[in-house]
Amino acid sequence: MPPAPPVNFRLNGQPIEVSAEPARILLDLLRDDLHLTGSKRGCDLGTCGCCTVLVDGRPTLSCLTLAHLVDGREVTTIEGVSPPRGLTPLQRAFVDVGATQCGFCTPGFVVTATALLRDRPHPSRDEIVRAISGNLCRCTGYVKIVEAIERAAAEGG
Amino acid sequence: MATSPAPDYRLIGGRIPYVEGPLKVTGRAEYTDDLNRPGQLVGRLLRSPWPHARLRSIDVRAARALPGVHAVLTGDKYPIPFGVLPITHDETAIAVDKARYIGDIIAAVAAQDERTAERALALVRCEIEMLPEYADPRDGVGKVPEPIHARGLNGSNIQKEVVQHFGDVDAAFARAAHTVRVKGTFAGVTHAFTEPMATIAEATPDGRLTVWSATQVPHYLHRALAEVLGIPMHRIRVIKPEVGGGFGGKSDPLPHEIVCAALAIETGRPVKILFDREDVFYTNHGRHPTQNDIRIAVDAGGQILAYDIAATIDGGAWSSFGTVTTYYNGVLSMGPYRVPNFRYHGRRVYTTKPPNGAMRAHGGTNLRYSIEVGLDRLAETLGTDPFDLRDRNALPPNSTTVNQFRITSTSFRACLAAAREKSGWDAKFRRLPYGRGIGLGCGFYISGSNSPIHFTPVMPQSTVHLKVDMDGGIAVHSMQADIGQGSNTLLAVIVAEVLGVDLARVHVQRVDSDVSPVDLGSYSSRVTFMMGNAARDAARQLLARLLGAASELTGRAVEDLAVGPERYFSRTDPSVGVSFEEALRKAMEESGALVASGAYRSPKMGGSFKGARAGTAPAYSFAAYVAEVEVDAETGVYSVPHVWAAFDCGRALNRLAVEGQIEGSIHMGLGQVMGETMNYRGTRLMNPSLLDYKIPTPQQMPKVDILLVGEDDPEGPFGAKEAGEGPLIATLPAVGNALYDAVGVRFTDLPITPDKVLKGIDQRTKEGRPWKGA
Repeated sequence: MPPAPPVNFRLNGQPIEVSAEPARILLDLLRDDLHLTGSKRGCDLGTCGCCTVLVDGRPTLSCLTLAHLVDGREVTTIEGVSPPRGLTPLQRAFVDVGATQCGFCTPGFVVTATALLRDRPHPSRDEIVRAISGNLCRCTGYVKIVEAIERAAAEGG
Repeated sequence: MATSPAPDYRLIGGRIPYVEGPLKVTGRAEYTDDLNRPGQLVGRLLRSPWPHARLRSIDVRAARALPGVHAVLTGDKYPIPFGVLPITHDETAIAVDKARYIGDIIAAVAAQDERTAERALALVRCEIEMLPEYADPRDGVGKVPEPIHARGLNGSNIQKEVVQHFGDVDAAFARAAHTVRVKGTFAGVTHAFTEPMATIAEATPDGRLTVWSATQVPHYLHRALAEVLGIPMHRIRVIKPEVGGGFGGKSDPLPHEIVCAALAIETGRPVKILFDREDVFYTNHGRHPTQNDIRIAVDAGGQILAYDIAATIDGGAWSSFGTVTTYYNGVLSMGPYRVPNFRYHGRRVYTTKPPNGAMRAHGGTNLRYSIEVGLDRLAETLGTDPFDLRDRNALPPNSTTVNQFRITSTSFRACLAAAREKSGWDAKFRRLPYGRGIGLGCGFYISGSNSPIHFTPVMPQSTVHLKVDMDGGIAVHSMQADIGQGSNTLLAVIVAEVLGVDLARVHVQRVDSDVSPVDLGSYSSRVTFMMGNAARDAARQLLARLLGAASELTGRAVEDLAVGPERYFSRTDPSVGVSFEEALRKAMEESGALVASGAYRSPKMGGSFKGARAGTAPAYSFAAYVAEVEVDAETGVYSVPHVWAAFDCGRALNRLAVEGQIEGSIHMGLGQVMGETMNYRGTRLMNPSLLDYKIPTPQQMPKVDILLVGEDDPEGPFGAKEAGEGPLIATLPAVGNALYDAVGVRFTDLPITPDKVLKGIDQRTKEGRPWKGA
């Protein structure tokens, strides 16, 4: 078998070259090969949003993205969103208002909301709800997730 | 409004962020699939494509011969039956002799990678004989040609039949001024937690087996592994990493967990089995599809005289918690109202579909919908406000129900008062314009099942260990299972509150059967009550040691010493005191690290008749919810813009967590009433994905007003009762009754989808009935 072709991209700010089979899925590459386990596997169908990462800054479902499609692009995972020490104001708000319960969906929500607040620092409630409509949460009824994003926005998130 | 006076707690009753929150928001919390062991193999399961088939032979030679395959297992290797209830062991790790539903496990493989494992499964050859499939439980109540299980009642597919009669129901109906009958039909729904099941098992050369698994009840898994694998419990170590939601779906010991361990033993290598979403749907154990038929009799004044309840419950292929389910579908009608006469006939029937089991508000949800709709109809007949009718019938505190449930605290009437006032009920009910409506639904649930599932050995339902060493940190061990509900946080809060120390000193340890004392885990809304009491007991023992040391250091009597923050000081002269660490070091001088073990066992309760224990609990939660709906009468599409949730959980120990439980419960309840369906064509599940099984989105969530009105429960820790499951129940009837207020149609076939709304409106118009009242 020929060696798997290389993929070159920036991952959480660092250039990286990995080899990946043509059909390799980005989520598998991140979790299984690069041991970045913050992105979660919830459905493998692009329905739950637990695997959301940023590709060139846009929230992207890594379970529906071929690894080779990020060649030459910038990928940011929850590990890249998180500062080396402490939490971002958005993460702090998630903790303080209780927007995590089981926490399995949380990285996806944080990644999605990080992009939202970057583009729309003061989103309306409707804009928040629309932005997170691709992420499923079964624990919170979304109430405290929306509240956390609102709080982070109010505090200049 | 009933609110207890607030004693001087530092933490209890506050809004305490979850202790593991920072790990979860950064993706650093470790779930089972985030863990990997060196040399780990991939385990995969072959699932039956047949609903009911005799397995004449299974040929795994080609699969075994495939390079990269380390083991292939079939059911004959580990045929010992198991199940969550000791009285109904009817599951096997892998199908033996028969496959009983589409999705049943018929073989398992461990291979070097996923691709090899999949190829191996494709090489397995089965010779089968198709057997009759049973999709509808009603077809299985008599003698059937091929019972799904040999243990079916008299050659039928009935797994459990319950007949109970208290008082004299026929006499009560004979003297009733009014009666009502509601026949409800409820589709199955499932938990839809976000984390698929995952298990890792490793058998090591020292003769030990370690199992990491996404489970709500590590202890029952521990027992099942020992039973099926024939290994003593002390040679097995069960570890529960973070669990991404359960809602009951991870409370049974599940076949794949045992298979994973068996593959690890077989291969000598660590094995991981990770479910995809289809696996999760086929494993199911969700809420039972149910048909119930309830009759209620009242006197001229609206006093409830009797309930007469029947239920046919679709069990799916296994027993699971089904015996409990069958009882609950009757006996959980014993609150929140006083019911002097009660008759119940419940049957849970096996079908050749994925098993049903415990799902949040297990056994109490479908029953409650029909009762609350019935009461709404009776209120209308009587010309009484639905709130007044319920208030008149409220179960009094410190009373005994006709089936001998012990009721201690209830703030149900306060729930009614709060929901009525805050929702603006009196100005809205039967007064809103066509298409808009408001409805009331109430709830009642156990705060921890009084009877442990296993009776041997006799032991506490919850045990908590504490260890504090010279670093001043307090390690907490317990086999309680935090699955997102915040029980780790509650453990830390209770320990810190009692000891008067900073929350940051308390470290709740990961569940690990080698070091965590047994707690029966997260089901039956038992954790706050039982674990909370055990934690308080343990912390009080430590505090006694610390106060003794403080007394020695200060020369003040122990009785004179007050607690915290971070110090113990004289009540008479607060300037005299010692810090927590000073007291700790003194206390440790002779013994080294301080350790304590606290426990909780619920008091003896319940009658002595068959099934008397089902539904007994050391306390009960109560709820009164009001929902507002807006219906588009042209399309049948409706929304629920606002819910007022008045709930009695005794004292709310962590308001953040209680609110989170109520909000999440409303989400799940709305899902069931508005649209979620395990959609079967015959016995085939048509929607095993989160794309086709739709849970409510953020856009569908109402504004939720939470009204906590509970009084302290006399036996709950700091006065607390459950808030994990009870908050779901009232959601459904509140919406159903609001739809009636909005469009004048009674809906008793759940979920209430827009097409049913439209059909109902058309039918009413055709019959020339007015849309509101009268």
